[in-house]
Amino acid sequence: MSAAPAGLAARARAVGAEIAARHADDVDRNSRFPEEAFAALREQGLLGVMVPADLGGAGASLFEVAAACHALARGCSATGMIYAMHQIQVACLVNHGKAGWQRDLMSRIAAEQLLLGSATTEAETGGDIRNSVCAVRAEGDRFTLAKNASVISYGDQSDVILVTARRNPDAPSSDQVLVVVTRDDYRLEKTTRWDALGMRGTCSDGYRLEAAGVAGQILPLPYADLSAQTMLPVTHILWSSTWLGIAADAVSRARAFVRAEAKRKPGTTPSSALRLAEATAKLQQMKATILTAIRQYELACGSPELLTGLSFATAMGTLKVTSSELAREIVEAAMRTTGLAGYRNDTPYSMGRHLRDAHSAALMIGNDRIMSHTATQLLVQRDGSGPFE
Amino acid sequence: MPQDVSQPFTSSIDGSPAGGLARSASGGADDEMISGIRSVLAECGGLAVDAGTLAVDDDLYAAGLTSHGCVGLMLGLEEQFDVEFPEKLLNRRTFESIAAIRNAVCGLLDGGEA
Repeated sequence: MSAAPAGLAARARAVGAEIAARHADDVDRNSRFPEEAFAALREQGLLGVMVPADLGGAGASLFEVAAACHALARGCSATGMIYAMHQIQVACLVNHGKAGWQRDLMSRIAAEQLLLGSATTEAETGGDIRNSVCAVRAEGDRFTLAKNASVISYGDQSDVILVTARRNPDAPSSDQVLVVVTRDDYRLEKTTRWDALGMRGTCSDGYRLEAAGVAGQILPLPYADLSAQTMLPVTHILWSSTWLGIAADAVSRARAFVRAEAKRKPGTTPSSALRLAEATAKLQQMKATILTAIRQYELACGSPELLTGLSFATAMGTLKVTSSELAREIVEAAMRTTGLAGYRNDTPYSMGRHLRDAHSAALMIGNDRIMSHTATQLLVQRDGSGPFE
Repeated sequence: MPQDVSQPFTSSIDGSPAGGLARSASGGADDEMISGIRSVLAECGGLAVDAGTLAVDDDLYAAGLTSHGCVGLMLGLEEQFDVEFPEKLLNRRTFESIAAIRNAVCGLLDGGEA
């Protein structure tokens, strides 16, 4: 792989195609962290690209990072998803970490290529990340925090973890803050192991987390605002881009299959080509859905009113639901194209891993939860006024 | 939780301190509106605390208001004050405190645009 400076997208494509892809089956089989891909990402400086240039990063845009997630996921879904989850946390720091402690950390992320994880779910609240049981306990200008985190993806490999908690022990469960703790600030004790149908390399183990630090490590903006303005849109956009990568690789295998069929009988279009066209149409639909959402985010950026508005929240929620369903449908259509060649685990067209990974999409922040939340919001939604509203 | 929506101005009789009543007793359209907002909050806001104990500038999100609660709150306010919130007011800031809600409702009553 060339070490010459190149565009972010080109470097991510190279890591995805040349390294992540080579180890994807082993990562999946052994449910292990994709360490080779992350060593390469670090070597290429790709963990710090979102950090602003004045802090040593590349100031990459969300579109560029989305393209990188897509490129990585084409080679290995777990690599793409971990990269996405890391960048979601970096985006929270970039947009809301204005204080000295946070800026110093961003410099370190760029210089040391630190990997960021998150602890948003809690054993007591399940998948409801907008409520916390655990609370920040202030003592002078220091704090302590203990959380029974049902999932901290790649917790063993993380250098920094962003943790949701109630603002203080008296705060209601919905009054949350986001606390940034580094490896030196916390202790993890593993409580559950991740052994799942797909996305096996994300190592989404459960932990008990105990942390202590200084007040400057608590992001000042309430988590509800931070979530609406950054975490929620960036999550849905980067997750969707990752799923697009999975779907694109399945379609690419289906295309190779159809081409091989066509070569056997030159002059005739194989019947499987029709299924390929169907899968390609859906892939295009998914791509358009994601690009539209990125454009909506760019248009709303810098305006807390637009970002916390109901129509923006609805747009991001429905992006997630639509793209997660499409990802699974596209992989299924691709498998129909290849028939048993794709169903088998030992051909160049195998896509069992893609299908299992794609099934996680509808379950990560469950689509039913998002749709019922959207249905409630629609009770008060109004027509918009801009182009395409 | 008060059950009688038709009597919003007396909702604080359900065992809560008489904050709402005490404030509205000083008279004036503003006090009446704030008292009305308090009763809608108590009825529809799903707060973790008694709406009657909140000062007009208190952060409602710190008092347990959620985005889900905002929807109920807004529907209740539209019913109570016979107004309709336009798209541009459908964000967190509009509902962050009793004072912010009062400003939004006043703007709507005065001429449609807040």
